[in-house]
Amino acid sequence: MTATAPRRRPPTSRLLPLDEAIGSLLNDGDSVAFEGFTHLIPFAAGHEAIRQGKKDLELIRMTPDLIYDQMIGAGCARRLVFSYGGNPGVGSLHRLRDAVEKSWPAPLELEEHSHAGMVNRYVAGASGLPFGVLRGYAGTDLPDHSEVAEVTCPFTGEVLSAVPALRPDLTVIHAQQADRQGNIQLWGIPGVQKEAVLAAARSLVTVEEIVDELELQPGGVIVPHWAITAVSHVPNGAQPSYTLGYTSRDNDFYREWDVISRSREEFGQWLDDLRAGKEVAS
Amino acid sequence: MSFDAAELMTVTAARQLHNGQSVLVGVGRPSHAAILAKRIHAPELVLIYESGTIDTNPDSIPLSIGDPELASSAVSVVALPDVFNYWLQPGRIDVGFLGAAQIDRHGNLNTTVIGEYDHPKVRLPGAGGAPEIARSCQEIVVTLPHSSRTFVEKLDFTTSLCRSDGEGSMVVVTDLGVLETSDQHDELELTATFPGIGVGEVQDQTGWDLKVADDLAEVEPPTAEELDVLRSFGSKPKAVR
Repeated sequence: MTATAPRRRPPTSRLLPLDEAIGSLLNDGDSVAFEGFTHLIPFAAGHEAIRQGKKDLELIRMTPDLIYDQMIGAGCARRLVFSYGGNPGVGSLHRLRDAVEKSWPAPLELEEHSHAGMVNRYVAGASGLPFGVLRGYAGTDLPDHSEVAEVTCPFTGEVLSAVPALRPDLTVIHAQQADRQGNIQLWGIPGVQKEAVLAAARSLVTVEEIVDELELQPGGVIVPHWAITAVSHVPNGAQPSYTLGYTSRDNDFYREWDVISRSREEFGQWLDDLRAGKEVAS
Repeated sequence: MSFDAAELMTVTAARQLHNGQSVLVGVGRPSHAAILAKRIHAPELVLIYESGTIDTNPDSIPLSIGDPELASSAVSVVALPDVFNYWLQPGRIDVGFLGAAQIDRHGNLNTTVIGEYDHPKVRLPGAGGAPEIARSCQEIVVTLPHSSRTFVEKLDFTTSLCRSDGEGSMVVVTDLGVLETSDQHDELELTATFPGIGVGEVQDQTGWDLKVADDLAEVEPPTAEELDVLRSFGSKPKAVR
């Protein structure tokens, strides 16, 4: 089997309202990556997936963070592919733990990697290659619970670790800006979003602002419209994470989540509010 | 000035860092220690956070490794494939700071589960960057509370493997003292204790027969300057007990 780049998309990305975008691009049972490393986490899109009752998803993300804690607690997930499942600087992800330790609200299958492994899986996916290669995993217990194999360098004979390419059905990211053609630009901590978009069969980018013309920012990453399936205009779409230049990280909410998510009852109340369309995170 | 074990632990960790080194820092105690070192004795310490912020100089202590403050004060902000493939893997980062729920006598670490993997008593966050940090940095500094629950004969899960090829070294700073690997042994050795802590007390909290250095030292208490700067950070790392 030859690995190829994902099939060429329609030539122009479409500007869609968020509910239509999630409704048409995310199917039950899909493998989906909502990426963003601490910065630019596409929370609003995740919340929309919860509201629409999406289920049986294979959720892919380096750091599940609050966004997947919420989606797992809401019953959207069948499987989680990840590398670090904590609430950064705060502690546990209690909904993730409840699913793993007590199968609530449903059992959750895990595939876990190291950050370096996940990064190289995305890079391989974006490159149209079947696997990524790195030094790592050897001697640890991770290979028993992961997708990893040994590969020998044909030039030096060094034994390295191979990790399979990630090819999500859909990748969702958040960015600062799109122009009217649907080209997008993000800046600040860029994470692995460009790779995640290019690895996926379909992609959705939510943005703070639609501008007439993108002005290149220092460190700015521009992804052209023909490599993106759809764009949604969603101001504050990354809260309680943040969008550099637009919004601040709501560290208080990250701490508050530790309390909300600790009990199924409090979480249930939060979920009811979300589904009822109330404001759930600043 | 009076101080507590948590403060001495942070100060002792900070003293492991030297001017001009590059260090991969996580949040919590590692951030406090690294920023403290940079303010006191290592002004040219290069702080790198896994989020891709290279040579950052934050005014305040970040809650997450990707706080805006880290990005806006960094010399360079790079994507994650750069962090792991270009900076970490080839050994460009001298020191890695790690924590763990369990450590064994060789310095191997568990951050994945307590109990059986398929039916864990406690599901921990998992590997993150730790396995590659442990194998790529020349020096590893681990901070964790010292108890028979954390210092175990056998890990429930091996997440990160200590470098046992003689090329790397490890320093473990606990709330009772300091343990180090040496060139001669692939085993941690108690090299210093906190003031007022005896070897017996450390052994009681260690799940294996502890090797003790011939020239066992006592850790110097924090200086007034170290305590002043540490306390000026406002937020405190979690208490150790």
